[in-house]
Amino acid sequence: MFNFVRLVLVISALGLTHTYADDETTSGIQEYRDLLADINPAELWILSGEDLWFSAAGPNEASLEECDLGKGRGVTKGVYVELPRYFPDVGKVMDLEQRLIHCRMVIQGFSRDEVTSYPFTKRGEETSAIEFLVTFIASESKGMRMNIPLEHVAEQNMFDLGKQLFYLRAGTHDFGCITCHSGDNKRIRLQELPNFRNAEQARKTYGSWPAYRVSAGEVRTMQHRLYDCFRQQRFPEAIYGDDLITALIMFLAKSADGGVYDAPAMKR
Amino acid sequence: MAFVRFRVGFWAVCFILGLSKIAAADNLSPELGVLLEEGLRSKGPVKVEQFLQLDPIQKFCSDSGVNIHSEEAGALMSEALEQIQYPDDDDYVGDWREGERIAQSGKGLRFNDSDDTINGGNCYACHQIRKEELAYGTLGPSLYQYGKLRGYSMQVLRYTWAKIFNPQAFLICSNMPRYGHKGILTMGQMRDIMGLLLDPKSPVNE
Repeated sequence: MFNFVRLVLVISALGLTHTYADDETTSGIQEYRDLLADINPAELWILSGEDLWFSAAGPNEASLEECDLGKGRGVTKGVYVELPRYFPDVGKVMDLEQRLIHCRMVIQGFSRDEVTSYPFTKRGEETSAIEFLVTFIASESKGMRMNIPLEHVAEQNMFDLGKQLFYLRAGTHDFGCITCHSGDNKRIRLQELPNFRNAEQARKTYGSWPAYRVSAGEVRTMQHRLYDCFRQQRFPEAIYGDDLITALIMFLAKSADGGVYDAPAMKR
Repeated sequence: MAFVRFRVGFWAVCFILGLSKIAAADNLSPELGVLLEEGLRSKGPVKVEQFLQLDPIQKFCSDSGVNIHSEEAGALMSEALEQIQYPDDDDYVGDWREGERIAQSGKGLRFNDSDDTINGGNCYACHQIRKEELAYGTLGPSLYQYGKLRGYSMQVLRYTWAKIFNPQAFLICSNMPRYGHKGILTMGQMRDIMGLLLDPKSPVNE
């Protein structure tokens, strides 16, 4: 954040922005983003994730090639744009990260704790295997269209719950998703806020996660984005891999239906 | 007989557990209540049990089809207005320098904060205030020259205080937190925010 603010200030000082703070601050941010667009370090996450996907691991020394992410065993192409979805073998709706938890437990033999205790990389510590895997699998849907038909009743139910959660206003500050994501052209500090009630903005935003975060020096997943939204909303901590966040992801994914998926992106 | 007693006891326990779940998720749909109860954990100053107790305004505003012009909306606003506490001795205007610090700080009441974190107001997240601060949000209106444009009369002071104390009294389902009503800021902190906006010497009013 500090570097980002400094960059904006430098751009201001150069005279590129001067009188109308709003427009020019925004254009400064856009210039910064253009500078970032060329080389995305998330490429490294894709390569590492691919390695992990095909490598034998866990007590069973099995690779994840037996894992069915919704389009058949071992298929990674195009699965992300159809998730979350209902999985008949477990009788419930899962997002990508819940499904990976399931596969790493059932196929590779890890304990639940082993595959859920370190979902988000901490500063200065080793990168979470989950972020590698998710980035690889998500990248396998790049250029495809979001396709969330909600055909199964359990999918429709998850969507309904996710919608209720999106509109929920609670906690000490009465915040909810809608506080920041229901109007056009709004910002928190300098951060522009997508309006998730607008299909075009929902598609663009949903289609940009996971993303390499310059501020973190890491790729962050949609699960992490929502975990951190909850923190800022003054909500309690969301338990990683629980159905709560999956419901919200289902609502957001459906809101982005039909959009071209374009991740991993790069963000400040 | 013992078996029957066991069964009765078993169902009684289930019934009580079921009831407590519903009670904890009061004002939420039962399904969402269970989802939240299972998917959230208390951490730092944020407690799941408190979080799940929506108050009438939160319940009203959580409806995706909310009608903010309804009779219920009017009743909730009137009640909010009646509950506002004003400072003693009409002492509304505190230290604008301290107010600026509070307006800049987004700390407090997040699950990564501690119980003794001093809460900020985080006003700049949504409002332009001093013109020197460029990193301001636009969810709320600009407050630059707040007092200069509105004057410094007792009516302006009382209204502004009330708006910070409980914005729901003036605009139901407003995005702005109820800083006084929910105890986010102390009376002293609110006075300092008032100073930032309504002290003629504050840089906001230059």
